[in-house]
Amino acid sequence: MKVSRRRFIVSTALVGGGVLIGYSATRPSRHSRANNELAKGSERFITSFIKIDKENEITIFVPHSEMGQGIHTALSMMAADELDASWEDIKIEQAPAIDLFANGDLIKGFAGEFGVPDALMPLVNMSAFPIAEIMNLQITGGSSSVRYTGETAMRTAGAAARKMLLEAAANRLSVPIDELTTELSHVNHNASGQSMSYGQLATDAALLEPPENPILKDRSQFNIMGKAISRNDIPAKVDGSAMFGIDAHSDDMLFAAIKLAPVFGTKLTSVDATEALTLRGVKRVIELEDSFAVVADSYWRAKNALALVDATFEASENDSISSSDIDARFSKELAENNGSKDKEVGDAEAELEAAADVLEANYRVPYLAHAAMEPMNCTVHFKGDAAEVWTSTQDALGTAGRVATVAGLPESKVTFHQTYCGGGFGRRVPLLNSNVIDHATLIAMEFDVPVKTIFSREDDMQQDHYRPAVHNNFKAAFDVNNNVTAWHSRFTGPISVPGASHIPYAIENQSIRVVDGKTHVPIGPWRSVDHTQQTFFTESFIDEIANRAGVNPYQFRINLLQDHPRHRKVLEVAAEAAGYGENLQEGRALGIAVQESFGSFVAEIAEVSLDEDNQPIVHKVTCAIDCGWAVNPDIVEAQIESGIIFGLSAAMYGEITIENGRVAQGNFPDYEVVRMSSSPKIEVHIVESGGAPGGLGEPATPPIAAAVTNALYILTGQRVRDLPIMNHEFSIGNPVAQV
Amino acid sequence: MATFKVNGIEHILDIEPEMPLLWAIRDEIGLTGTKFGCGIASCGACTVHINGKAVRSCVTPVSAVEGQEITTIEGLAVAIGGTNTSLSGLAAVQQAWIDHQIPQCGYCQSGMIMAVSSLLAENPKPSDAEIDAGITNICRCGSYPRVRKAIHALANA
Repeated sequence: MKVSRRRFIVSTALVGGGVLIGYSATRPSRHSRANNELAKGSERFITSFIKIDKENEITIFVPHSEMGQGIHTALSMMAADELDASWEDIKIEQAPAIDLFANGDLIKGFAGEFGVPDALMPLVNMSAFPIAEIMNLQITGGSSSVRYTGETAMRTAGAAARKMLLEAAANRLSVPIDELTTELSHVNHNASGQSMSYGQLATDAALLEPPENPILKDRSQFNIMGKAISRNDIPAKVDGSAMFGIDAHSDDMLFAAIKLAPVFGTKLTSVDATEALTLRGVKRVIELEDSFAVVADSYWRAKNALALVDATFEASENDSISSSDIDARFSKELAENNGSKDKEVGDAEAELEAAADVLEANYRVPYLAHAAMEPMNCTVHFKGDAAEVWTSTQDALGTAGRVATVAGLPESKVTFHQTYCGGGFGRRVPLLNSNVIDHATLIAMEFDVPVKTIFSREDDMQQDHYRPAVHNNFKAAFDVNNNVTAWHSRFTGPISVPGASHIPYAIENQSIRVVDGKTHVPIGPWRSVDHTQQTFFTESFIDEIANRAGVNPYQFRINLLQDHPRHRKVLEVAAEAAGYGENLQEGRALGIAVQESFGSFVAEIAEVSLDEDNQPIVHKVTCAIDCGWAVNPDIVEAQIESGIIFGLSAAMYGEITIENGRVAQGNFPDYEVVRMSSSPKIEVHIVESGGAPGGLGEPATPPIAAAVTNALYILTGQRVRDLPIMNHEFSIGNPVAQV
Repeated sequence: MATFKVNGIEHILDIEPEMPLLWAIRDEIGLTGTKFGCGIASCGACTVHINGKAVRSCVTPVSAVEGQEITTIEGLAVAIGGTNTSLSGLAAVQQAWIDHQIPQCGYCQSGMIMAVSSLLAENPKPSDAEIDAGITNICRCGSYPRVRKAIHALANA
């Protein structure tokens, strides 16, 4: 099932040749369309993202999903600052799921001018979707919202609207525009002492043509950006009023519990629901191609009845596959196949042949589930030839399009209700992973009341699209003086984020190649995508090389980062803040890792010890991030804390294993995560390089695993080459003296 | 019939005695602030108060709360009210959650707030070790460092 082409054509017609991205968001056809379709009473859209009413209430429409990353606040700050609005006057709203607010325009703009941004490559690569099919979506992912929507569309929309308000005031007062200034949602004419609110000017301004290339502010002119402004979504999240997809509720609602084929890709063969149908509240048992569902008047009743359905699924060649088979297949693939080129510099193979010494190591990581706190769910209400949809999603338009496609409805007949997302982390991108939407739609089509389909935690964990399991074989060549001369890396694919396996270190000969890593287990983007596994691999192996070369791992990195000042700087800042090289508390060690991802540079230093049972404890993580500049420093810190803890959960405990073709883990005790007792202290240092804003949702996740295992190596002499850490037994046997 | 009070209002529900309180609150009464996370009392997203004490409602059958007073996140400010209530109409613990900008996705935070408010009622000045032992809720967004800071700030207020 594919997203229909029709919306793409509409979008193209609206956007035209796609000059500057921000400009496309402010084209007259868009804001006049917004005024025709959405403005009420005295409200006027000045650009499609900004609406101003007579009372000077300024509404900013944010075309991204709020998953806790603070995007509603951050993007509104960017538009409001360029507009010279008073933050007190700003009201933030989720942009509706209509093509007027598609952010796929950004993808198109970037694709046309610069190629598809790396961060969005997973969307293109992983499912081989032609670029045309992701044009008209509202995707939130790839740590891209501030970088693309913010820096282009939102700031430009704010600046364009300000210019239009100035023009309207100049016309009204019959004064030259350069005699006018803007401040706190007002246009002022200092010479005459006159002042008009934006609200008084909105009707006139909305009739003007948006300027082609409005001038954006210099950082020294920011009044709102750069401040730790409180997030607007938080108050509703402390009193229970915040609505998530799973909270859709109506008195006539029915609830579906579902059982999907436990072995991926198999079909339902038989169902006996006789007993289930006798239970209280049970309405129907629905058979689908790969699953069956019980629909009842409460989720609990549906779930209980589901357990009483006797069903069989077809046998499959994957029924006997387990993690050990996958590991063996990957090892064989790496041993027998040289793979395809990722990066080649110099002649690493020849250097290895001629080397005085070679270091070889094999690394691997397991599949990982997302385990967002809100289990996957979707509510659909069919009303004749129309449908309404409620679900937590990272792509509102894509979700509406998916429901339309599955139901065979025109997209204009599907109304989407956006809610907050109870965690996304890559799991809630329907283009890549739409099982809950597809099933909920097919189930609800059988009814004329709303039907809420909920995946249990077990369904959520066992029917995910997983962070891929990956193996990586490394070889490093050393000359007679212990200098590293070649870096040789072979890993199982796929490559979803190009460059994630590359290293910033100045090693003359590098050969990095990828072999096939496809299995029957479905995979998808998981917070930081390829960087999560690749950074564990590369930052561990570089530590091994440093140790082999007899150089302190911090100094070794610094020495090889002469051409990468942003990497170097965050390492230096983190090292100083962490007290690296100073006397540590007895029994503790510091491990380092650094990675660039999604436009940000992050160094992390983990302070680790073993407890009396020889279990690793991560006491503190010191992080330095260069994200260019911080739109909202408190949101930056929150995202760093979040990214580190998410990555630490995976490093310490995260493991999805396959047994008999299916996922063995079902709930949190089997898939443990960091809790309060295992959560380290986190110290964040923002390094403002003044470069373009970098991503924030993901870049803190990649370095943490290697930072912790590098510290464990110093503590114990044991090198952790496969995750999770909990599978290893440690002892303070051979601590490594720090050189 | 199951009879119990939720946020001061008595409910008489024609439901099975083994129905978990979570689903009675969400699907029968229609209060959605209390969340379903795991269904096995592991994550704490469903935490409510029974007679002021934190309980995981996903494994608590309604038969176990017959005649008792349940408080959910929606009723917390009124329930613990008094001098503990800030000007904003929130309980002090809720206000601290805003002051420390704790929630990210926010899905687990109803349960987290209910758990912390119960902990503080029993132990107004918990140590770090007591916080670790007392707050076992899962937050996938990693709000733990801020939760810890907020608890200490509340304890020292």
